[in-house]
Amino acid sequence: MDALNVYAAKLAPQQESLAPGHRACQGCAELLAVRLVAKTLGRDYIIANATGCLEIVTSSFPHSAWQVPWIHVAFENAAAVASGVEAGIKSLKKKGRYPVDRKITIVAQAGDGGTVDIGLQALSGALERGHDFIYICYDNEAYMNTGIQRSSSTPYGAATTTSPAGKESIGQVTMKKNVAEIAVAHDIPYVATASPSYPFDLMEKVRKAADMEGPAYIHVLAPCPTGWRMAPNLAVSIGRLAVETKVFPLYEVVNGEYRMTVQYKHHRPVKDYLKPQGRFRHLQEKEIEFIQQYVDASYEKLLKKIAMSEG
Amino acid sequence: MAKKTGIEVSLGISEAVKLADVDAIAAYPITPQTHIVEHLSELVADGELNAEFIPVESEHSAMSVCAGTAAAGARTYTATSSQGLALMNEILFIIPALRLPIVMTLANRALSGPISIWNDHSDLMSVRDTGWIAIFAENGQEAFDLTLQSFKIAEDHRVLLPISVNIDGFTLSHVIEPHEFLSQEEVNEFLPPYQPLVQLNPDKPVSMGMVGIPEIFFEAKKAQDVALIESKAVIKEVFKDFGDRFGRYYNVIESYRTEDAETLLLTMGSISETAMEAIDVMRDEQGRRVGLLRLRLWRPFPVDELREMVKGVKTLAVIDRAVSFGGTGGPVAGEIRSALYSTADRPYVASFIAGLGGRDVTVKDFMDMAALAEKMEAEGEIHEYKMIGVRE
Ligand SMILES: Cc1ncc(C[n+]2csc(CCOP(=O)(O)OP(=O)(O)O)c2C)c(N)n1
Ligand code: SF4
Ligand SMILES: [Mg+2]
Repeated sequence: MDALNVYAAKLAPQQESLAPGHRACQGCAELLAVRLVAKTLGRDYIIANATGCLEIVTSSFPHSAWQVPWIHVAFENAAAVASGVEAGIKSLKKKGRYPVDRKITIVAQAGDGGTVDIGLQALSGALERGHDFIYICYDNEAYMNTGIQRSSSTPYGAATTTSPAGKESIGQVTMKKNVAEIAVAHDIPYVATASPSYPFDLMEKVRKAADMEGPAYIHVLAPCPTGWRMAPNLAVSIGRLAVETKVFPLYEVVNGEYRMTVQYKHHRPVKDYLKPQGRFRHLQEKEIEFIQQYVDASYEKLLKKIAMSEG
Repeated sequence: MAKKTGIEVSLGISEAVKLADVDAIAAYPITPQTHIVEHLSELVADGELNAEFIPVESEHSAMSVCAGTAAAGARTYTATSSQGLALMNEILFIIPALRLPIVMTLANRALSGPISIWNDHSDLMSVRDTGWIAIFAENGQEAFDLTLQSFKIAEDHRVLLPISVNIDGFTLSHVIEPHEFLSQEEVNEFLPPYQPLVQLNPDKPVSMGMVGIPEIFFEAKKAQDVALIESKAVIKEVFKDFGDRFGRYYNVIESYRTEDAETLLLTMGSISETAMEAIDVMRDEQGRRVGLLRLRLWRPFPVDELREMVKGVKTLAVIDRAVSFGGTGGPVAGEIRSALYSTADRPYVASFIAGLGGRDVTVKDFMDMAALAEKMEAEGEIHEYKMIGVRE
């Protein structure tokens, strides 16, 4: 696997369609992931962007970081806007009023808040209607742009500004909503989880999603040093730890068939993932043990689905 | 003259949308707009209209999808009413800022609560400041003609703004009226395919909807306001072009028997037809010097035309179909008072609110309002607004 990565790095496209000079925080893994997507898709794609960190840091007029067509309308409607772009181009192509010579990929991109909470309805509508597009959720596990408030994607035990840890609270008390599974329930051709800490896995998934007809959903875990209260140089390694501890397994679902794309023989305890992050600093052994059990159980569930697909 | 066809006004509008050869339609059902989009989806299903019909899961998404189709360079149409419009509200503001020329039929219906499917103008009034051009049709022919003209106005590169074509729900949308249709050739000549100024196309990447930092936000808003104000000239130009071609002329404010009138009623929408009847009775049977102004263009507000048309008039009775709760007048009356405030010899402006949530406004009501307004003028009554036709 690692040997392959060294080899593959040379094959990765040189081309950048996300220009440098954007305003993301130091060590932001969300922008790292976006750059990898941009490298994969080159210049033949169009983005519908939800409000959030990604939109704010890349589009401060007159400085746009985007070298591909890009539109931002509002917070909760990236999937609907992308539906429109796809349908509009389809219609114009039929009438010979839009270049037909090449495939243009339509990408909707949003944060976890713009996806799993306020944008869930528009996402479900677009997936159900079957538009040919990729929806990418950059999940940094809170509303970062507005100051680290909890979302339904914030994991159990994490302290945010609206789920603070205190005498009466351990921080977030709910379990992370599993939107990749909600996407699978729409019976779409392609669903995957991905991480910028595994760049070639991520790029391969984006390529597959783009080549597939119909909707694709990719859920990217995007470590955010600012919101996770950790040093900027830890973003990539914490992303790896999320996978090594089974907290965020990397898998794909192609036409309903599950497959793990990154495998480890031995997994590390979740403690190793939680420790470096200030947002979990307050957790006691008891809660860490509870999280460990939950992670184990979720992972088992996933393995069963994979086994069923293989069987 | 071409032959007239009796058809439901909603279907007449769909026919106009078909003749306009729209590229994309996104809509969500709400009474009384439904017949329009049902018919359009039939036309698409039957292959009579070559367009993408996107049956979205909400009006918020309807308007968001329209943003996407229009930004891709597609001629885009939608229709809604009342709660649907309210759910779109957030996106309505963004469409003109992005300069996307979407055409929307608004089958006017009261806003909840109590929930009501019947007609008034509270839905449109709630979006007054979104920056859309807003036009009123008062019969089927006007609805057909104005729908076609709206695409031409909206897509003009000097305009590039969205338009709502307002028709009264049920009282207009669901009635069968005689229509004089245009042929496809006539429409093709009048309205060539949409040529976007910018579009989402990898050959020439653009960023749309970027962050407006304080250094540029205000300038962006001023530019938007200037575009809306200046659209009036293009609207008049298109009205004239349409009239020259097809013989039906439109004005930003229409007038009816206003010669030497001392008292004018002012209405918007289909109740104007009843108002005209009242004017006939008052003129012909009572010999009173009354006339009617029908406001066709609500935004941009035709200030100059209004000032000109009320010159020499003593009393102006404005009939609103919406309330601005606790405000200083009906929404239209308030606008008119402020448009006339700085003019010399302005008429006395009486503000009446009538016909909320489908309440009938009769010929007698209009005659009563004219008489009441004259009395208020004579007595110099100071008032904000009066509700007419409410059981006390
Ligand atoms: C309708 C609406 N509600 C709230 C907001 C405020 N808002 C803007 S961005 C944002 C948070 C974005 O969070 P997320 O989608 O997770 O993206 P992130 O910034 O974390 O990358 C919020 C709450 C808004 N712009 N629109
Ligand atoms: S707050 Fe987090 S996600 Fe947002 S730019 Fe900074 S590091 Fe990236
Ligand atoms: Mg977030």
